[in-house]
Amino acid sequence: MKRDPEREERISLEERIDPATGEFRVIAPGQSFQSVTEKITRIVLTPATPLGWLALFGLGGALASVLLVAVTWLFLKGTGIWGITQPVAWGFAIINFVWWIGIGHAGTLISAILLLFKQGWRNSINRFAEAMTIFAVVCAGMFPLIHMGRPWLAYWVFPLPLTMNVWPQFRSPLVWDVFAVSTYATISVVFWYIGMVPDFGTLRDRAKSKFAQHFYGLCSLGWRGSARHWSRYETASLLLAGLATPLVLSVHTVISFDFAVAVLPGWHTTIFPPYFVAGAIYSGFAMVLTLAIPLRKFYHLEGLITERHIDNMGKVLLATGLIVAYGYGMEAFMSWYSASHWEAFMMWNRIFGPMGWSYWVLITCNLAIPLTTLWSRRLRTSMPFMFCLSLVVNAGMWFERFVIIVTSLYRDFLPSAWGTYRATKWDYMVYVGTLGLFIALFLLFVRFLPMIPISEIRTMLPGAKVKLPAEATTATEAGD
Amino acid sequence: MPPREGIYGLLAEFDTPGELVRAARQARLDGWRRLDCYTPYPVEEAAEAIGFHRNKVPLVTLVGGLMGLVAMFLLETWISVWAFPLNIGGRPTYSWPAFIVPAFEWTILFAGLSAAFGMLALNGLPALYHPLFNAPNFRDGATTDKFFLCLEALDPKFDLAEAKKYLESFQPVSVVEVEY
Repeated sequence: MKRDPEREERISLEERIDPATGEFRVIAPGQSFQSVTEKITRIVLTPATPLGWLALFGLGGALASVLLVAVTWLFLKGTGIWGITQPVAWGFAIINFVWWIGIGHAGTLISAILLLFKQGWRNSINRFAEAMTIFAVVCAGMFPLIHMGRPWLAYWVFPLPLTMNVWPQFRSPLVWDVFAVSTYATISVVFWYIGMVPDFGTLRDRAKSKFAQHFYGLCSLGWRGSARHWSRYETASLLLAGLATPLVLSVHTVISFDFAVAVLPGWHTTIFPPYFVAGAIYSGFAMVLTLAIPLRKFYHLEGLITERHIDNMGKVLLATGLIVAYGYGMEAFMSWYSASHWEAFMMWNRIFGPMGWSYWVLITCNLAIPLTTLWSRRLRTSMPFMFCLSLVVNAGMWFERFVIIVTSLYRDFLPSAWGTYRATKWDYMVYVGTLGLFIALFLLFVRFLPMIPISEIRTMLPGAKVKLPAEATTATEAGD
Repeated sequence: MPPREGIYGLLAEFDTPGELVRAARQARLDGWRRLDCYTPYPVEEAAEAIGFHRNKVPLVTLVGGLMGLVAMFLLETWISVWAFPLNIGGRPTYSWPAFIVPAFEWTILFAGLSAAFGMLALNGLPALYHPLFNAPNFRDGATTDKFFLCLEALDPKFDLAEAKKYLESFQPVSVVEVEY
């Protein structure tokens, strides 16, 4: 990729701040329809693939092949190659499932909830956050499937008229999960694709090669930007956002039911649904930051993904982090207030037991580091700091699921049934493998699809608003 | 759209959305009905100007959502009560509160799919061909930074020479004939 010195990097701090609000501008000054379109489409349409992209894609691909090896061996030998056993029958697979699904939630939050709240700044980051959602759901969805002893019978979870006449048991949260996650995956893909249709039109019209013209032409479905089409399109987007909002809240709620409906101390608690949803958004925003900070640097998108975005995401992290902190506090409080000695022991064991180290990792990564530093605007707009912090929170949220699953299971009611949990190399290989798959899919997205919604960015530029010439008529039209 | 001969319409190009909206509003006031605006991003005022105030996407979405809700709830009831009744801790087979969650998910699923595919269907998409792409300046601008008004030949008021003169009175960048 040609690396011309970018002009926005030279723009002074005063110019990057909007005098009206005192906040950083959402879009750096000096952008036009033409320049924005050019900038975003060039990333996709350039025939030269950047070396850095190739190197990272190679890494992602290599890790994804680790996944292939691990899953092949798993299918040959069965789940016994993992560390799961009694009493910890849910190990890495479910930890990773919940972690990945949670990461996905930030994408839907940005694309749906922030759209409903008319948060214009979301426009620059919503497309790749949605892509992150989809790839995270791909990684997540794999875990329950491969966790089944016989994954080739996975279709039994659906209500299908099979010859055995066996049907799902609809009173189980595990069955609810099937519908929640499959709906979430479908709606996320549809929302994402519909959002890209006008941009595919732009790519079709700007592509030089015949193949790209045909490819993006087919993807664009013949989009031509008619006012009638835009009107229906905007309605559909708003409706999809309105539907995705309760959906995303329901998904992690249903996942938390997988735990909360069980009678196990540490799981059986009513705070789980809101606490899971907040945790999901917390980890998801951390992942958006992990992706956005290198992306804007590498592709010189500082003019479109500005300090304002990083700053705002820092604030969302702070808010959701505080909710999560409340969740931890309430868990500890209720274990005492419930006066149930099973609950009290669970909490003591979680904090000071043989696996107590994992609880302290979680407290350090999720509370101690982010909730003390994120109050500072200087730190929130420091890219190296925010990148490191996002990795810390990602790790912390993984440990949260580890703590919830493992430290609740390994010492439950009967001391004679206590055990421990140790992940095997196959557990780690599957986990690292999904990270590779995620990196590879995300890089393919960045290279071949428009990662910033061009048509939505255009609406935010100066000159996008309709300014009628003075002589314009103000007569109201009669309706059809 | 069936293949036709001749002129599809006249396409006027503008540099700003304001000029487009002014022209479209005036054209509609002057009695034009077969007209459309083309913009690189949603311009609400353009749809208003050509008299397109409301659309059927919300209705389609509502119908889809209700279908999903009813379908899933009936499916759950039929399975749990008749097809495969299971005694789970002595709970009633018709445990309707537990059926709410999947029924809710299918409401969202069907409503979302209806919104997306309904919008495309009402827009007549996907379309492999449209005469507007024959206009030399359309593809350069309509998806980047130009604003177009098209008066279609199907309008009873349409007369090539007069319509051209009419559009030029709005001082567009250009007016071109679009062939089928």
